[in-house]
Amino acid sequence: MADGTSVDDEAGAARFAQLLADEQRVEPTDWMPEGYRKTLVRQISQHAHSEIIGMQPEGNWITRAPSLKRKAILMAKVQDEAGHGLYLYSAAQTLGTDRDTMFEQLITGKAKYSSIFNYTTPTWADMGSIGWLVDGAAICNQVPLCRASYGPYARAMVRICKEESFHQRQGFEILLTLMRGTEEQRAMAQESVNRWYAPALMMFGPPDDDSPNSKQSMAWNIKRFSNDDLRQRFVDMLVPQAEILGVTLPDPAIKWNEERGHYDFGDLDWAEFHEVLAGRGPANSIRVARRRQAHEDGAWVREAARAYADARADERLAS
Amino acid sequence: MKTSHVKSTAITPESIEAAGAVAPLAVAEYAVGLGDDALILAQRLGEWIANAPELEEDVALGNIGLDQLGHARSLLTYAASAWGKTEDDLAYFRTEPEFRNRQLFELPNGDFAQTIARQFIASVYFVSLYRALEGSADPTLAAIAAKAVKEVDYHLDHSVQWLLRLGLGTEVSHERMQRGLDAMWPFTGELFSPDPLAVGLEGIAVDPETLREQFDATTARWIAEAGLTIPAAPSVRGGGRGGSHTEYLGPLLAELQVLARAHPGATW
Repeated sequence: MADGTSVDDEAGAARFAQLLADEQRVEPTDWMPEGYRKTLVRQISQHAHSEIIGMQPEGNWITRAPSLKRKAILMAKVQDEAGHGLYLYSAAQTLGTDRDTMFEQLITGKAKYSSIFNYTTPTWADMGSIGWLVDGAAICNQVPLCRASYGPYARAMVRICKEESFHQRQGFEILLTLMRGTEEQRAMAQESVNRWYAPALMMFGPPDDDSPNSKQSMAWNIKRFSNDDLRQRFVDMLVPQAEILGVTLPDPAIKWNEERGHYDFGDLDWAEFHEVLAGRGPANSIRVARRRQAHEDGAWVREAARAYADARADERLAS
Repeated sequence: MKTSHVKSTAITPESIEAAGAVAPLAVAEYAVGLGDDALILAQRLGEWIANAPELEEDVALGNIGLDQLGHARSLLTYAASAWGKTEDDLAYFRTEPEFRNRQLFELPNGDFAQTIARQFIASVYFVSLYRALEGSADPTLAAIAAKAVKEVDYHLDHSVQWLLRLGLGTEVSHERMQRGLDAMWPFTGELFSPDPLAVGLEGIAVDPETLREQFDATTARWIAEAGLTIPAAPSVRGGGRGGSHTEYLGPLLAELQVLARAHPGATW
């Protein structure tokens, strides 16, 4: 959009401001600032990419799940993630960027996705930790997004949050079963929680004073709470749940603070966060390469489907 | 036989267990064969998740795999009741020659066309098998079949759609689809060879030979419609129901069973 604002733009801008002030939803056909549109496309497509890449660390255990019931639950969960990716791409498409473009950005490594999925899943207990900690953090992040100002995004999030909370309970249950199991199983659960705890806390993003985009997103009613507020909320939720599980959260600084009415917790290693973000996580290149491989291996399949659909459309026109 | 509380609409491994039906030994042996077919196919389909040509297919193949896993769980849970065991005892703690699946289901996925070829053959077979099994004198088997038949109908539709797309899509897809059929076809004969586990179960088990005519007619119709050719390759000897397998089953089981076997007696 050029700098010269038209009369239409001015009326649109006024209406947009009014919608936000009234806590109303912005819909695809409404006027919106370019920055708002770009921020949303970036955020929604990143979220979609995260769902798609997030299929891999759990998909890693589908063939080895230790009981048929767990195998079924895990398959359904990974499939839900593909479904979430699909409706998030649809929500992003309403802003004028098509799915092929977004997907291309993912498999060429240009798009970001949640860094948490660049960690690996060496043990079965990681299926529990991902559900309890990673999905748990995702829910804290995403529940407020059900009230995001952009309608298609908010509506997609309502459905996703319902399924995520189901996933979180399943993860908790995996860990609970392990903690009630053999000594080896308990050790497996604790070791896994040790690895996932800090990366899960970092899912809320850098501390507020180091989060450049947050302020604008909050003004646009996309983001409702700051990174640090959400992180605090998450820790407050985790501590009593960890007690039920009987696992120790790997942070000796965790302590109830009567004055604040919250748990205190220790500093996180933000150097690690930035390293993983910069592509030096345990699996960054592997995750993208795997999706790219699937996409490239499937090119002839998609081409055949297109050719077939086109031929059928031509037939219908001719008849 | 106590099977009074098993309802066809809601049958699950849990409801079968809760109903406390104990399978007669011969019925259990038969159910193991059917359950293994579904389990091994589900394991193969699970390998596609996060590897499919498009996201919609990650979802679709996952769905089909989940349905197959559901059939496997019901059949194995019911079978296991005969020995006071669980579905997991059967799935995780039997050795390769103790598996009773037909060989088709253990064949590797290959490319997407090969997977579709296997799924097409399997789905045509399952539709007529479960339709026939709905009339079984064993109420649990009949109830499992009644639930499964609706699901495999959808699986057939899915694989027929892809058979047509790939058969008629591009030159490349046509060739790959034909190659996929060629690779899988030698294993169709085994599906209809006498089932040693069905012997003596008249009215309870389905005689696979009775499914052949329908299978030939249905596959011939769709293969022709997709512009493809029915492969002329001879059938392999088979023998899956007796515990003879291709070299592909061992590694599949090694992966499926590895964690459970590392922790015998553990609950998950």
